[in-house]
Amino acid sequence: MTTPLALGVLAGAVLSGTSLLYATLGETIVERAGIVNLGLEGILLVGASVGFAAASASGSPWRGLLAAAVAGCLGNLLFGWLVVTRRANQLASGLAMMFFGFGLSALVGAPYVGALITGLPKWRPAWLAAQPWVASTTLFNYDLITWLALPVAVLVWWALFRTRWGLGVRATGESPAAAFASGRDPAVLQYQALAAGGVLGGIAGAHLSLSLTLTWAEYMTGGRGFIAIALVIFSKWNPLRAIAGALLFGGAEALQLQLQARGSDISPFLLEMSPYLLTLLVLLAWGGARRLAAPASLGRTFYGSD
Amino acid sequence: MAEARTAQALRTAARLGLISAAALAVFAAILLAAGKDPLKAYADTFSYTLANAYGFSELLVRMTPLLLTAVAAALPSRLGLINVGGEGQLYMGAWLASAGAFMFPGLPWWLLLPLVTLLGFLGGAAWAAIPGLLRAARLVNETIATLLLNYVAPLIVSFFIFGPWRAKENSAYPQTSLFPEAARLPSFFDTRVHAGLLVALAALLAYWLLVEKTRWGVSMRAIGGNGEAAQRLGIPVAAWIVIALAVGGGCAGLAGMGEAMGVHGRLRPGLSPGYGFTGFLISWLAGGRPLGILFMAFLFAILTSAGDTLQITQGLPYSVVNILLAMILFIVLARRPARGGAK
Repeated sequence: MTTPLALGVLAGAVLSGTSLLYATLGETIVERAGIVNLGLEGILLVGASVGFAAASASGSPWRGLLAAAVAGCLGNLLFGWLVVTRRANQLASGLAMMFFGFGLSALVGAPYVGALITGLPKWRPAWLAAQPWVASTTLFNYDLITWLALPVAVLVWWALFRTRWGLGVRATGESPAAAFASGRDPAVLQYQALAAGGVLGGIAGAHLSLSLTLTWAEYMTGGRGFIAIALVIFSKWNPLRAIAGALLFGGAEALQLQLQARGSDISPFLLEMSPYLLTLLVLLAWGGARRLAAPASLGRTFYGSD
Repeated sequence: MAEARTAQALRTAARLGLISAAALAVFAAILLAAGKDPLKAYADTFSYTLANAYGFSELLVRMTPLLLTAVAAALPSRLGLINVGGEGQLYMGAWLASAGAFMFPGLPWWLLLPLVTLLGFLGGAAWAAIPGLLRAARLVNETIATLLLNYVAPLIVSFFIFGPWRAKENSAYPQTSLFPEAARLPSFFDTRVHAGLLVALAALLAYWLLVEKTRWGVSMRAIGGNGEAAQRLGIPVAAWIVIALAVGGGCAGLAGMGEAMGVHGRLRPGLSPGYGFTGFLISWLAGGRPLGILFMAFLFAILTSAGDTLQITQGLPYSVVNILLAMILFIVLARRPARGGAK
């Protein structure tokens, strides 16, 4: 691999990996609380369309970002009402959220197809820009969301593993009955985890439309929600390991785009398959280990607090 | 006995009617909030579908792939497996059937038609066998694997449509040239209703016979009830997992074959507006019951027609209709808590 290609892939890996990382972190929190949200794909789509629509209508990408975070949060709370309050089946409810996201994002985004927006501003520190190997690339030329990606990952890790709240969330995911017995309310903790996860999911979606593509198109998330769910397994429900996973998948996507931009002979359709096939391969390789690392009560409905 | 059954069926129908009405009301409110006219949309949908013979025939056209993708989800669901990959399996069925039609254009129809039908089935079956094998080997959960493969199959189809199979005569549109006449499914009475409907009804009948009338159906129920116990009774659970997913995927592949050979006459990108996903919904709402699938497929043919209406008369994308489908799911999920934990 030539140096410019490698640097291009690296720069692209960070940019495309950003939204994957936020989505993975959000799902990690939710799954640590014992809930699988297959509707993440829908939340990403809603974040992308609401963010784009709000940015276009208000002229400010920041308002778009805020609107997307709120929309993602509300979407996950609706999901929470189904699976926590109504105790509905999590997989079916997640798929229902996926359909809801498909439809709602199409409805919200329809008037904004082809609209032009100002994206999230990008900058790089002057001392980095002065480096000769950086200057000719897009390396380190990132928006705030990308710059904050690593700190947010550390923050999520800290919140889950170093705070009383995180202990409660993880206890709920392992054994809601034990969490309940120790004076915690599993339902409240699950709602809180879902709200936090929804905010991160909304931001993940908005980063795609407000920074990466600067357009809205139906189904533009292209399965990133499902890739993120696989990344949670890959990272063994650990926010710090999720960083490596997001970079790996961002890298696959960036390599594919770089090859296309350089006029590679390989069909773009075949290149586009690579992230999905890579995801399957990763799940395959991690298949045996996952059962040990997963929260013990993941996907189970808790009836105990009646 | 018969009376009790009729009463039960009536109650089910009434409940379904109420759920649909509630979902339609919520969807109307959302459309209204978006500045659209829901009443006109509903009235248009009614007059395009149920009010005349042609509209009704179009419902049957739409029902054809829905029946098959519903069976594709229902058969594995008997084993407790979740096949959300009907969409990808549909595309692969259409792809392999098309390959057959292009490879043997000279065959007479009585050879070519069975061949493309078989290939359609095999394309979907092979695609679904991948998650089946991964699940049987206890490596990857079939839900996430089938979902991911949905994104790969249309790319394979697009590769061929934009590449080796692209029609030379009209290159403005990315599509293949027309299939040989002998590979086209015959249609009935000047409508677009094609022989695929018979294939779909036959598949549903075969599914009913399989699960209700054979020993295999008993084995499947045993695995769905308690896989470990079934294993100890000597039922080859791993083989059943692969077979159920593959045969289900084959049905979805037949749906793709029907769309290509019956409706479009050629292979195009965007072959399916989410029939695979809708079929999963139908099967889930019907609880995998054959008669329920027939009924729900008809209902969902009407509901998804609303998507076309929205597109034509209200300038909204077709996918907005997914909100309506989600509302039905939400209502059903919220009023029927899954007692006894996740499945």
